[in-house]
Amino acid sequence: MNPLIQINDLSAGYNKIPVIRHVNLKIFSNDFIGVIGPNGGGKTTLLKVISGLLQPLSGSIEFDDELSGKKSIGYLPQIKNIDKKFPITVFDVVRSGLMLNRGKENSANEKQKVTKILEESGIAGISKKAIGELSGGQMQRVFLCRALISNPKILLLDEPDTFVDNTFEGELYERLQSLNEKMAIILVSHDVSSISGHVKTIACMNGGLHYHPENQITQEQLDNYNCPIRLVTHAVRRKTTKNFGA
Amino acid sequence: MNSLTELFQYSFFIKAMIAAVFASISCGIIGSYIVARRIVFISGGITHASFGGIGLAFFIGFEPLLGAVVFAILSALGIQFFTKVAKIREDSSIAIWWSLGMALGIMFVFLTPGYTPNLMSYLFGNILTVSNSELWWMFALVFLIILSFALFYKPILYIAFDEEFARTAGLRVPLFNYLTITLVALTVVLNIRVVGIILILSLLTLPQATANLFTSDFKKMIGLSTLFAFAGTFSGLIISWWIDIPSGASIIFTLVIIFGIFRLIKHFGQ
Repeated sequence: MNPLIQINDLSAGYNKIPVIRHVNLKIFSNDFIGVIGPNGGGKTTLLKVISGLLQPLSGSIEFDDELSGKKSIGYLPQIKNIDKKFPITVFDVVRSGLMLNRGKENSANEKQKVTKILEESGIAGISKKAIGELSGGQMQRVFLCRALISNPKILLLDEPDTFVDNTFEGELYERLQSLNEKMAIILVSHDVSSISGHVKTIACMNGGLHYHPENQITQEQLDNYNCPIRLVTHAVRRKTTKNFGA
Repeated sequence: MNSLTELFQYSFFIKAMIAAVFASISCGIIGSYIVARRIVFISGGITHASFGGIGLAFFIGFEPLLGAVVFAILSALGIQFFTKVAKIREDSSIAIWWSLGMALGIMFVFLTPGYTPNLMSYLFGNILTVSNSELWWMFALVFLIILSFALFYKPILYIAFDEEFARTAGLRVPLFNYLTITLVALTVVLNIRVVGIILILSLLTLPQATANLFTSDFKKMIGLSTLFAFAGTFSGLIISWWIDIPSGASIIFTLVIIFGIFRLIKHFGQ
């Protein structure tokens, strides 16, 4: 089986200064990779290279013919980067995901597709709401709809579990596991404990990339991969979240 | 009341009303884009940079609006170039073009022999002296803006909302950014005669602030902003004639009052 994406000895960064160095990775159609690492480790940079937002400084990235360039990649950015005061409705945000198919859809088709995906995600009732009126969980659902509406073959998610409660987090991973039957998923998270058990494999990103072919990882393995993050158990994490909430 | 009816018999007033309609449409659409995209400061830079072109036109002796158009477009593209290509901080890029335009304008006006009688109407506006040719330019601008937004409404909206996502989708983001910033520059310059360089920014932001009290839908915001812009321009014009004060200042003051009234209504209505 050919990989959908093959990354060869790739370095990338900003202002010609590499953030990620000599990365090698093959992404196959049924992969569900959780990318973890410290802040500044290059997790988002890796997603930007895959999505075409950033050009490699050296090395290469090859896309399988099946992907037809970057048109089959769905991207969910960090919602902290979204302008929540922008005058745009949920319907328009989701419809913007059809930009990939521009010229091929008429308005009636677009409306039908948007309505269908909003209904499937259980948020049809908020389609006329402004983006700024939504909760963190609703906003993540909306942006997930935008990423999925063009039926991508690879889904890139940048910290989808931030600003959401535990209930939504559970729903999200359940949905992603079901989506993984149809598409490859690369999920970036700063919280290794939240993705363990949900993803299939783990990639530790701290400048370089260390691929871990299992969905659980120990503190010792993280240290061996030169990935300076601490494992937090679910019990401790829930308590911490509760304390923050209070 | 009779004298108000008589006012509509004067051709200069009819022209002012037509200018008010054109200004309301162009500022209603482009102002909504500026406010939504949070590029009010860029628009301020373009507006003030255009003064350099007006000064140059006075000095050499050609149509001041033409000079303003050239300087406005140059500064609009210059700010984009400085920020995106030369990697200069955006606020610094704006400040450079803003102050350069004003400095050049002041130098050229100073070097121009004799008195420059129309200078004040470019700085503070005078809608009552708008000429036929200026009306045709304003009409052409309205046509161009409506055409651009009719053809490219979705990419313009999507890029304004989330440029990064638009780039991942393969939209030609730089091309649309240059198109919209050029429309901003033209809107600023061709409406200078309505309220002047100093106040034009208000016509691009106050109606939108009022509209934003009632809607968070970009399309509805454009419609409401246009209505509020016309209400303010028309009422301001009447008030300026009534109590004999400069029209530009009167229009902006009226727009502020309209915003204040609706803000209070909304506050106490909730």
